[in-house]
Amino acid sequence: MTFYALTFALLGVGLYGLLAKRNMLKKVLGLVILEYAVNLLLVAVGYRAGRGAPILQPGEDPAAFVAGSVDPLPQVLVLTSIVIGLGATMLLMAMVLRLHQRYGTLDVDRMDRLKG
Amino acid sequence: MDAILIGLAAFLVLGSVAALEMKHLLSAVITVGIVGMGLSILFLLLGAPDIAITQVVVEVIVVTVMIRATTRTADEEPGPPRSLATVVAGVGAVLVLVGVGVAAFAALPRFGAARPMPSDWYLAQASTATGGANVVTAILLDFRGYDTLGEATVILVAIAGALLVARHVRGDGEAGGGRRPPPPAAKPPASGSEAAGA
Repeated sequence: MTFYALTFALLGVGLYGLLAKRNMLKKVLGLVILEYAVNLLLVAVGYRAGRGAPILQPGEDPAAFVAGSVDPLPQVLVLTSIVIGLGATMLLMAMVLRLHQRYGTLDVDRMDRLKG
Repeated sequence: MDAILIGLAAFLVLGSVAALEMKHLLSAVITVGIVGMGLSILFLLLGAPDIAITQVVVEVIVVTVMIRATTRTADEEPGPPRSLATVVAGVGAVLVLVGVGVAAFAALPRFGAARPMPSDWYLAQASTATGGANVVTAILLDFRGYDTLGEATVILVAIAGALLVARHVRGDGEAGGGRRPPPPAAKPPASGSEAAGA
């Protein structure tokens, strides 16, 4: 339970960075932390204490393998999520650099002021 | 074992707070890199070596790109801090979310407790049905291959979008003082033809 609570705390830290920071790079960092937290939560749900990675060793008994490995399905989906998160972060960074070039600042509030 | 997991998770939380509250952007990016590496160790301890490897690779790429962006956009003095109402509203929203999440997960089985899994079938069938010893990659590339195809499509679209948006970013790289969008100092129309010719 403590572990789940800490994961949710990490999620809260990321969301705080996304909401309350003015610097856009800090906002991106907040989003990256948010992704960390979600991925960690999903893997933690698939975790079984005392069991190993879902990789079959040579000569291992199949029945013992099924009983002795953690849930592989969340791991698969998290693997997908990490790679897609990388793509989304790259797109965001491109937008941040473009906005910095356009407005000469990373500060969201200053960008708002330059509009008028 | 539990103590190590909880200690690492606490390290991640503290490191994230430190990264977000740091004044220096480069230090913040590097701190997030450290947090990502800690997360990778945590994945390894949770029995997910494939995710740990992927996390390291992704972390290196993200930190490299962000350091590049940081050095390009450095030297901006921070504006006045956000108003108290904004910060209170943000922290309040976060606390509500975290509270609801913790309460919801309190109703689920304990962390790490043994319980039946729907993916026992995958574990039992993977080696005979696909010939792969690693069940995670067997599911990723075989049982759920279309899912991975969709993932590759999303990556392709994201990278194409990033290239399209970043196409013009390199433009004024050498101009140290070019902070505003219309930086050309010389406005007279006479210099226009010169610039076009050059």
